[in-house]
Amino acid sequence: MERVFNKSRLILWGSVALVFALLPLLFPGGFALSMLSQLGIAIIFALSYNMLLGQTGLLSFGHAVYFGLGAFMTAHAINFVEEGAFGLPISFMPLVGGLTGLVFSLFLGFVTTRRPGTPFAMISLGIAEMVAASALMFTTFFGGEGGIVTDRTAGGAVWGVSYGPQVQVYYLIAVWCFISMALMFVITRTPLGQIANAVRDNPERTQFIGYNPTRVRWIMMSLAGFFAGIGGALTTINYEIITAESLGLMASGNVVLMAFIGGIGQFWGPIVGAVLVTFLQSALSNFTQAWLLYFGLLFLLIILFSPGGISSLIAMHGPLWRAGMMKRLMPSYVSALCSGGVTLIGIIGVIELLYRGTLLVGVHVAFTWIVAGFLVLVGAFFLRRAIRSVAQAWEDLSPDLAKWS
Amino acid sequence: MELGDTMNRHALSLIDVRKRFGQTKIINGVNLEIVAGERHALIGPNGAGKSTLFNLISGRFPVSSGSIALNGSDITNKEPQVINRLGLSRSFQITNIFPKLSVFENLRCSVLWVLGYRYSFLRRISALRDAKESAERTLEMIGLKDRREKMAGELTYAEQRALEIGITIASGANVILLDEPTAGMSRSETDTAVELISRVTEGKTLLMVEHDMGVVFDLADRISVLVYGEVIASGTPAEIRMSKKVQEAYLGTQIDGDEE
Ligand SMILES: Nc1ncnc2c1ncn2[C@@H]1O[C@H](COP(=O)(O)OP(=O)(O)O)[C@@H](O)[C@H]1O
Ligand SMILES: [Mg+2]
Repeated sequence: MERVFNKSRLILWGSVALVFALLPLLFPGGFALSMLSQLGIAIIFALSYNMLLGQTGLLSFGHAVYFGLGAFMTAHAINFVEEGAFGLPISFMPLVGGLTGLVFSLFLGFVTTRRPGTPFAMISLGIAEMVAASALMFTTFFGGEGGIVTDRTAGGAVWGVSYGPQVQVYYLIAVWCFISMALMFVITRTPLGQIANAVRDNPERTQFIGYNPTRVRWIMMSLAGFFAGIGGALTTINYEIITAESLGLMASGNVVLMAFIGGIGQFWGPIVGAVLVTFLQSALSNFTQAWLLYFGLLFLLIILFSPGGISSLIAMHGPLWRAGMMKRLMPSYVSALCSGGVTLIGIIGVIELLYRGTLLVGVHVAFTWIVAGFLVLVGAFFLRRAIRSVAQAWEDLSPDLAKWS
Repeated sequence: MELGDTMNRHALSLIDVRKRFGQTKIINGVNLEIVAGERHALIGPNGAGKSTLFNLISGRFPVSSGSIALNGSDITNKEPQVINRLGLSRSFQITNIFPKLSVFENLRCSVLWVLGYRYSFLRRISALRDAKESAERTLEMIGLKDRREKMAGELTYAEQRALEIGITIASGANVILLDEPTAGMSRSETDTAVELISRVTEGKTLLMVEHDMGVVFDLADRISVLVYGEVIASGTPAEIRMSKKVQEAYLGTQIDGDEE
């Protein structure tokens, strides 16, 4: 990997751009477009979070602070433009959010990055709490419970782009998402990015090769705040309203989940997490009231069985793929998938019955209970065996794999 | 004795350095001068305070009292990175590497500051030829060329010890502190390490804690003996070998060097 953008990487990034460009043509519906817009924002936010967690080893419980402050500042900036205070096209408003995130993370990060580990996590939580409390107190800036309302079309059309239709907003988000992704990726391939990894691994040792780990953390946190702020600005543009919820603890917790579910060990892990979590939250909540429960279950399963997240699960298969050994895993995977599917259907049945059917009685309900319970039991029985055979298949592979690499 | 007296001749000078942890006095007034360009061994029984002394010199711990100068400038209680930037590099008795970075990345990290790249996020790291070449050179020197892409945490113990030395010497610092570099190595690994150490410290100042008396008498121009936090003798290998005080206090029958 001699160059940041070698040929295969250029192709990869090119396809990402192409996918971003084509998605609205494939999914032109209103729901799909608003979902895609949300995904773009979530991706920026989750990647910026991983600059802290995955790259620098900083577990923050308050990253939404920079996202939210960027969002509010953007809302005010849009309103100022509407009043004619100054001129800035909507397309460049994300810079306002980014700079806001940058300034606040520079300021707050100076204090919080002095101690890594648990103290950092606790302080970030404290700051998040503090900012959330301020949001309720300073109603001129945060707008109280109603939040701040804006009108993204107020500035009129620039170069024919009015940001009236959602599809235009989608493309704005897509462009900024792509730029942010590329920049954040490039940062991982710089001296700072490399040293951030060293600080994550062993902060003390970096001091003995000339680095100040606190400084490294501070810079990384400031950059992460910048990108989070861009995400915040896009949220404001997308919804034309921003409330204190966006910088609250729920929002901060959400990005932690995205990062962990997607995986913090690969650059693209949080993208997977952002897509999955956002999708589940929006889509699942339309179908069932129990979606939070499913969500919690998913998180639990991943932390238990694949602590490195979904991306590490995928990355694990890279060497096998290259060695052409995937087919040796297939039988055990298929049986695990089938039995897992059966178990899942059973569990869904039980959960939904509990949620919807607790007050119902009758032959019909009793029958459904029996079927669901039966599926869980049978599924679990075969799943256990399938898991064992997956483990066995991996074990059988490992000597050959070692030879191959 | 004033710090100024030792300006040019001494790479390191410690004046009445003391360290206590709570009530426990570990270093009790150490005076030590390391002449620029010499290879100096620090020996003494386990628990004498050798590693602690290294930690004081390199800024890992603050001293309780006393002063330390590096190439004539005061470094007492300075931060480790500040001392490192002044040209002192150290290794650790307990391997202290970046486990999730590759061997190559470990070494490249170690030269970034010295080459002036600092906290830059505007340059591609793979385009930094000098950093790459410098890391490759060290890689070759420590004999880990075929481990280049391996995660450092996955190396064998001996390989990690070699990397530990590599990280320490990569930046080309002119004062080098090695804390038991050959600990736990086999005979042949030790020989390789000694050969490496003597090669890379050519023309530099070396202060080394070492238990293997064969290595010490081989490599050192001068030796200091630390017992219960005090330097009880300092001199050439011959002088140390003859010293009654040393024999009584520490070396005893081990003077001929097949301890541990
Ligand atoms: N951080 C510390 N806190 C308390 N005691 C320490 C600390 N570091 C070292 N010591 C004590 O100082 C003494 C000397 O340790 P050390 O310098 O490692 O000895 P040596 O390297 O000569 O074997 C030991 O008794 C050790 O327990
Ligand atoms: Mg020691």
